[in-house]
Amino acid sequence: MVYLTRKAEFSASHYYHNPAFTAEENRRIFGKCNNPNGHGHNYTLEVTVKGYVDRQSGFVVDLKQLKEIMNREVLDALDHRFLNKEVAEFEKTIPTTENLAIAIWKRLKPKLRVAELHRVRVYETPDLFVDFYGEA
Amino acid sequence: MKAYLTRRYWFSASHRLHSEVLSDEENQSVYGKCNNPHGHGHNYALEVTVAGQVEPETGMICNLADLDAFVNEKILERFGHENLNTLTEFQGVVPTTENLCVELFRILQTGFMHAGIEKVRLQETMLNSFEYSGGREIRI
Repeated sequence: MVYLTRKAEFSASHYYHNPAFTAEENRRIFGKCNNPNGHGHNYTLEVTVKGYVDRQSGFVVDLKQLKEIMNREVLDALDHRFLNKEVAEFEKTIPTTENLAIAIWKRLKPKLRVAELHRVRVYETPDLFVDFYGEA
Repeated sequence: MKAYLTRRYWFSASHRLHSEVLSDEENQSVYGKCNNPHGHGHNYALEVTVAGQVEPETGMICNLADLDAFVNEKILERFGHENLNTLTEFQGVVPTTENLCVELFRILQTGFMHAGIEKVRLQETMLNSFEYSGGREIRI
């Protein structure tokens, strides 16, 4: 089994708010991230797929195909967007880095046929990232 | 759903690698430049990985503010800008980055109660890093 990781970057804004909490609870739990006008990050996405090396091509996966799937399913939907307002998953789910990694996994998983999705890693900043392996 | 969150922190400290059970010559041979009696320092990068279910109410494994506060108080304030050899943790223990990594994991695992500690990765320089996720650390 060989693992291949493809990196991409996108920029987006978000804020954290749970309507089930009071305004005070929201501020206490989410701090500055609760500002309803949102704030932004330059996210880095790393998608790792795994598979066996094809004898003829020498590839685990055709990188061009993987790049196209990542562009279509993830970057076109998230790049330069306000996640809370423009991305369906985050109408009711808080767009934390944890939930972003899960949402990206769910977007990619059914579209990847050649190789198996192993890990989605989302960097919110160079000092903070979340890994999701599809675990329940 | 289970996810893993990694947060990186920075602190600077000095140390000298010297074992009391070795002769001066052996210390010099084993530790080389790191045996310089005056010590030397590093900018350590500490990566703490917590693991757990993403809470539906918050979208978080744990509140980052809690992790930051814990690491700041128990690790950065404790070890930052110190000579590691002078600390109680390293009396009779050589302050290699392996031993420091294990010590930081222990501090986190026994003290941080908001999420499980999956792993600690400690980068001593851009060329060296060490990871510990529990279990037996000393070769017998």
